[in-house]
Amino acid sequence: MSSIDTHRTIDTIWRMESAKLIASLTRILRDVGDAEDLAQEALVIALERWPKIGIPDNPGAWLMTTAKRRAVDLIRRRKVRDQKYVEIAHGMDLYKEDHVDDALNGEIDDDLLRLIFMTCHPVLSQDARVALTLRLLCGITTNEIARSFLVAESTIAQRVVRAKRILRSKKVAFEVLTGKQRKERLSDVLEVIYLMFNEGYSATSGDQWIRPLLCQEALRLGRVLSEVTPNEPEVYGLVALMEIQSSRLKTRIGPKGEPVLLMDQNRANWDRLLIRRGLAALKYSKKLDSTLGPYALQAAISACHAEAPTAAETDWIRIAALYEALSRVAPSPIVELNRAVAISMAFGPSFGLQIVDKLSAEPSLKGYHLLHSVRGDLLVKLGRFDEARTEFERSAAMTQNAREKMLLRNRANECES
Amino acid sequence: MRFMIIVKATTDSEKRVMPSEELYGAMQRYHEELAKAGVLIDRSGLQPSSSGIRISYPEPGGKPKVIDGPFTEAKELIAGYTLIEVKSREEAIEWAHRYPDPHGFGQGEIELRPLYEAEDLTMNPELLEKDAELNKQLEDPKKE
Repeated sequence: MSSIDTHRTIDTIWRMESAKLIASLTRILRDVGDAEDLAQEALVIALERWPKIGIPDNPGAWLMTTAKRRAVDLIRRRKVRDQKYVEIAHGMDLYKEDHVDDALNGEIDDDLLRLIFMTCHPVLSQDARVALTLRLLCGITTNEIARSFLVAESTIAQRVVRAKRILRSKKVAFEVLTGKQRKERLSDVLEVIYLMFNEGYSATSGDQWIRPLLCQEALRLGRVLSEVTPNEPEVYGLVALMEIQSSRLKTRIGPKGEPVLLMDQNRANWDRLLIRRGLAALKYSKKLDSTLGPYALQAAISACHAEAPTAAETDWIRIAALYEALSRVAPSPIVELNRAVAISMAFGPSFGLQIVDKLSAEPSLKGYHLLHSVRGDLLVKLGRFDEARTEFERSAAMTQNAREKMLLRNRANECES
Repeated sequence: MRFMIIVKATTDSEKRVMPSEELYGAMQRYHEELAKAGVLIDRSGLQPSSSGIRISYPEPGGKPKVIDGPFTEAKELIAGYTLIEVKSREEAIEWAHRYPDPHGFGQGEIELRPLYEAEDLTMNPELLEKDAELNKQLEDPKKE
């Protein structure tokens, strides 16, 4: 293997192992910043040694052992002679390379969960949670995060540094939560993952309609989370939602990069494997709790589309009922807007328009471009083209996404003829 | 990107000889590890070729020829597959390396093959160009 190949392999192994390394080190050091630094040090040592000695049989364990030794050194240097030190020094006997995995496997799941709880902690801003989670749990570089969110690399780097500082100063604990607190914090975690997914699924700004990297990372993280929390119905609900939505990712974009809406997509190109996975996750979520939570309900809605052989055969009455249920467990003007669309498809545009008109007074939807495009759409169906054009123009002026803007302008122009 | 880890058939797999408990355990652990990393998409084992048929078209435009299994040359046959979704070719190779020897008696062979992603967005030259342009802007601090 040439040294370039070796470096590439090391980089890959790092991406595969870094979350586990950082999670385990955080348990020892109780500080996510120190943990990341030490994990990086282990990487530097690997970069130095592996080209000479070859890549070890169990590279993850090698990195873990190396990092743990550093952790012990660090603690010694800091002369912390508390219980933690004794425990680790004691544990060192276990860390023979072959045995590290066995010794740690039971713990690593919990450590990963603790780390997710930490990076999605409510003391952090939403932006910081997303950046820190992508970096520490997905092994995504600062540069890749910056590219995904169209901001400068230095902005993301600062965001991550600041987030780690806040976690330290607020003494955020590295813990597996229970009861009500676990439920609440898990919902924060799901929110971060779904936010990440959504930004990839329909980018709020820039001139690309979708950013596949974010969708992939969010889905992968969701899958990882479902493995470490096998009894949480909403985790499976979110995974189901993301699997099914991802099945359409490639049909959401036309040959020129333009958005293609759900009803116009070529269903033959939907990814059947992901649909199957999504439906299985949804079934499992229902098995865990027959009362569907917000994510499972959204997944059930998404499943209705996935199961319809053609757009015309969509079961809109069922979708309208599911939105009704969703508006009860997680009421929001956006859910209401979606319900309006479903109602109009099930029972006619005038019924949908009634709901949309009520929403127009909603202050939180002021400036929300989709309110206007939905209204425009309903007006077109009712033959009120002049009003429809105004709505599409308004909507186009509001969106920050260049591709979507173009689509909406076209729709406005179509109202002329 | 998706890769298929293809496990080749062996004389044992063709004779429906079940793997040893040890090998079975190693396979389970490996696939659990894949699932925990969020990369496992699908997996299945195939019945021996004696349960299969082959359809071939020896004459251009002619009628198909149907042959019942079993087929010879175990190494050219497939005994199972594991489908993974990973970030890079290197990651796929690394996972394939970790696959346990699927036979244990000298005939083990696995093959790693990338799946075609015709609509793969990263292969769209226009989007790639846009990306490069965007990167240039991001690297230029004056435009920040």
